[in-house]
Amino acid sequence: MPDLLIELFSEEIPARMQKRAAEDLKTLLTNALVDAGLTYASAGCFATPRRLALSIDGLLAQSPTTTEERKGPRVDAPEKAIEGFLRGAGVTRDQLEARDEKKGQIYYAKITRPGRPAAEIVAEALETAIRSFPWPKSMRWGTGTLKWVRPLHSILCILSSEEGAEVVPLTVDGISAGNTTRGHRFMGPDAITVHGFDDYQTKLKRAFVMLDGAERAEHIWHDATNQAFALGLEVVEDKGLLAEVSGLVEWPVVLLGSIGEAFLDLPPEVLQTSMKEHQKFFSVRNPKTGRIEKFVTVANRDTADQGATILAGNQKVLSARLSDAKFFWENDLRTVERQGLEGMGAPLGNVTFHNKLGSQADRITRIAALARTIAPIVGADADEADVAARVAKSDLSSEMVYEFPELQGIMGRYYAKRAALSDAVADACRDHYSPLGPSDDVPTAPVTVAVALADKLDTLTGFWAIDEKPTGSKDPFALRRAALGVIRLIVVNGLSASLSDLFGKGFAGADAADLLSFFHDRLKVFLKDQGIRHDVIDACLAMEGNDDLTLLVKRATALSDVLGTDDGANLIQGFKRANNILSKEEEKDGVEYSFGADVKFCETDEERALFAALDAAEAQINPAMAAQDFAAAMQAMASLRAPIDAFFEAVQVNAESEIIRRNRLNLLSRIRTTCLGVADLTRIEG
Amino acid sequence: MSATTSAAAPAAKPRSFQEIILRLQSYWASKGCAVLQPYDMEVGAGTFHPATTLRSLGTTPWAAAYVQPSRRPTDGRYGENPNRLQHYYQYQVLIKPSPPEMQDLYLGSLDAIGIDTSMHDIRFVEDDWESPTLGAWGLGWEVWCDGMEVSQFTYFQQVGGHDCHPVSGELTYGLERLAMYVLGVDHVMDMPFNDPDAPIAMSYGDIFRQTEQEYSRHNFDAADTAKLLRNFEECEAECHALLAQDATDPKTGKRIIMVHPAYDQCIKASHMFNLLDARGVISVTERQAYIGRVRALAKACADAFVQTEAGGWTPDSTEIATETA
Repeated sequence: MPDLLIELFSEEIPARMQKRAAEDLKTLLTNALVDAGLTYASAGCFATPRRLALSIDGLLAQSPTTTEERKGPRVDAPEKAIEGFLRGAGVTRDQLEARDEKKGQIYYAKITRPGRPAAEIVAEALETAIRSFPWPKSMRWGTGTLKWVRPLHSILCILSSEEGAEVVPLTVDGISAGNTTRGHRFMGPDAITVHGFDDYQTKLKRAFVMLDGAERAEHIWHDATNQAFALGLEVVEDKGLLAEVSGLVEWPVVLLGSIGEAFLDLPPEVLQTSMKEHQKFFSVRNPKTGRIEKFVTVANRDTADQGATILAGNQKVLSARLSDAKFFWENDLRTVERQGLEGMGAPLGNVTFHNKLGSQADRITRIAALARTIAPIVGADADEADVAARVAKSDLSSEMVYEFPELQGIMGRYYAKRAALSDAVADACRDHYSPLGPSDDVPTAPVTVAVALADKLDTLTGFWAIDEKPTGSKDPFALRRAALGVIRLIVVNGLSASLSDLFGKGFAGADAADLLSFFHDRLKVFLKDQGIRHDVIDACLAMEGNDDLTLLVKRATALSDVLGTDDGANLIQGFKRANNILSKEEEKDGVEYSFGADVKFCETDEERALFAALDAAEAQINPAMAAQDFAAAMQAMASLRAPIDAFFEAVQVNAESEIIRRNRLNLLSRIRTTCLGVADLTRIEG
Repeated sequence: MSATTSAAAPAAKPRSFQEIILRLQSYWASKGCAVLQPYDMEVGAGTFHPATTLRSLGTTPWAAAYVQPSRRPTDGRYGENPNRLQHYYQYQVLIKPSPPEMQDLYLGSLDAIGIDTSMHDIRFVEDDWESPTLGAWGLGWEVWCDGMEVSQFTYFQQVGGHDCHPVSGELTYGLERLAMYVLGVDHVMDMPFNDPDAPIAMSYGDIFRQTEQEYSRHNFDAADTAKLLRNFEECEAECHALLAQDATDPKTGKRIIMVHPAYDQCIKASHMFNLLDARGVISVTERQAYIGRVRALAKACADAFVQTEAGGWTPDSTEIATETA
């Protein structure tokens, strides 16, 4: 069983695409091989900045021979039909077999497809894979028509076994496959001939290429943390950066450098962002002070001076970058001191938010008014919420955020502190964008919550008013995310508020009912993620007050919990039985049984017990519902399970006496009324 | 062309800004490029030179290298910022079709200006290039030397809305930044322009400090915006008008499409826009519209160029199908 080794050697592949590309190569090839009948034992894929590699072990030397029987025309069919069948099946007339069947003699052909050598199949599969490779962006070069992520230089494709290695013959757009590759661009540029995967990996390492991205990442992290540790410092973890950096080098050399004294007072977020975004440096922190004091850069080569020249160059570039950052920081602080934080945001009047929704400044005015309205609901001081809303987006006009948009909010907090605004306002500047993702922390500080809600509600009501709602997969203004943010802010903080009222105070002209149903859809997604079934949610959405999300979630959670108990699950059956009988009889009689059940008409103990149980349950449910203690209400409701079951066990509802029958139907109606007061149990499935 | 990686011993370090330019000129001349002179108009980048924009279109092979003075009015800092200038130099190389050893050729040029690749960390970092004003894009890298971007390397895929076939390889060196790095200078104005041992040694600042101040004041505060707006409209109109003329010159009876004169108007309009932008009179929403108008001019010029001989037209060809994407 031979092993297959493929390497596609090109100019530098973008770091962010490498891992996925290696996996795509593996999937494309292995699928094509298996489809052609070539099974294999195992496969592994690798990427470096200049190569994608695939190693497949234990491949069949050739695909198995297959036979297929094909039914043809009748023996006495027209000549043309028979010839057509012969062509299609690829056999001659003497290879046909005639069989007696009900309809007469029928021709059968046995089609044998001989197995094909692995090399032939591999060559086809690889050419197809190269020509149809799913790069996120690809290009042409020179005079060719082939598309690859960057110019493709060589293809290595060999099948190896104990007898040796053979090149798989294959040519794609003038590039012929061979058994050679090259090492590191500078440290090992000469051609290397390889015989198999182990040989390949070993020789590459000798030519200063670490083939495995995971190994490079591991090496970088290990070296970086060791060097930092030796100085009593720690590397700030950043998995995304580590993945990117290990995709920029074939031979990682970790260098630790210093940040100029003049820059150490910049906010750590600024240092970190500037170093990461511009230079792809890791930040190195002093665990005692929390300050970022040094950096780690990863070079792609060894040098005679142990990287001294490289490090000096990097340090110099960093100084220039940080001089810029310091310049922005100092300018911004001067602006804040001179004009206040609201003054810093003045230019937002010239920034269009959306041509139908006015400027950023218009939006801020609306958010401030809304935040003021929301403040009492969240327990925030209305004036403070108003101030916070007015300054929360001022940093969008700062030079620092212009340069580093990802620092929005973070800079706002620093500038608010400099403007001597309260901590609550400063925190709102930083945190009012939250929660962004579904797993982000939800703010709980009242002023922040007020601004965060106002911001999102203004966005939602605004886009609803101008009819720019999300459709299908299109949600260019991230309105689903905004709605989920509102839901989480309300639910996590246990806020009691009518969404419809809040919509009414947002941007004028939004269809509140439609927006509410959009929220309900988002809520279903949110609750489903928490393990609450959709029918449970529907049962609660059908109730009064469904625009109070806290109430809704409490009800749904309690119902979901009670349905998880044995009593709860069985109660649903009892309720449904009662409801079904009742509905049927009501339809038959043309009346609604809703009142007048009297214990004096009871004939059995089970009836009397049910009366007593309903009295007892109602006595608990009503105050519990009034206090919005759904758990207690549901618990009391579930306690009806045993008496209801016993009732149905012993009692025939349709008694001969009309008085007794009606009394029993009215009793069932009490069950219905009591249960439906808690949630619309008719919507529960099963 | 032949590649020279790991060339002989690295040449002695250059000592002045002009020496770096001279070395690049002779390096690319030695690699077979026609060493052109700068285009005589205000442009934002070397790419605007017709030797790049127009010559990257069509099938005719092309290899050119040149210095291009470039103007970015918004980058003016009155000569005070160590690395920001409203007027600076780019070194531009365009080779069509891009040769297979394009990267090696480029690395050879670094050797030529004294960057010893055995001591430095040279990296090709993804950077896709797009020029909304030229309707052009390509894939490539920014080239890093010890963490500093020293060049832009692009394989042109589309220019003026036309697919590039064959593909041109384009190199752009930011000369001041590159030279400051090679010469070990921290402030651009301190950089020796000519030989520091010359009887009259001049720094970059001796030549450009005053002009940076003058143009910064002009660009930010004094440029006549009403005139600029008018000029923009006029250039736009003239560009279209020139291209609308019949291909056959009534005087000579020859086929003469006035692509370059029309393209000059496109370049001018682009510069007017840059000045208006620096004056802060273009709002965010208007900005896109202006860029779209310049792009329309560039596209019209590209459409016209492929109908000329330099653009691949032959007397036999009727209308060349314009490939638009």
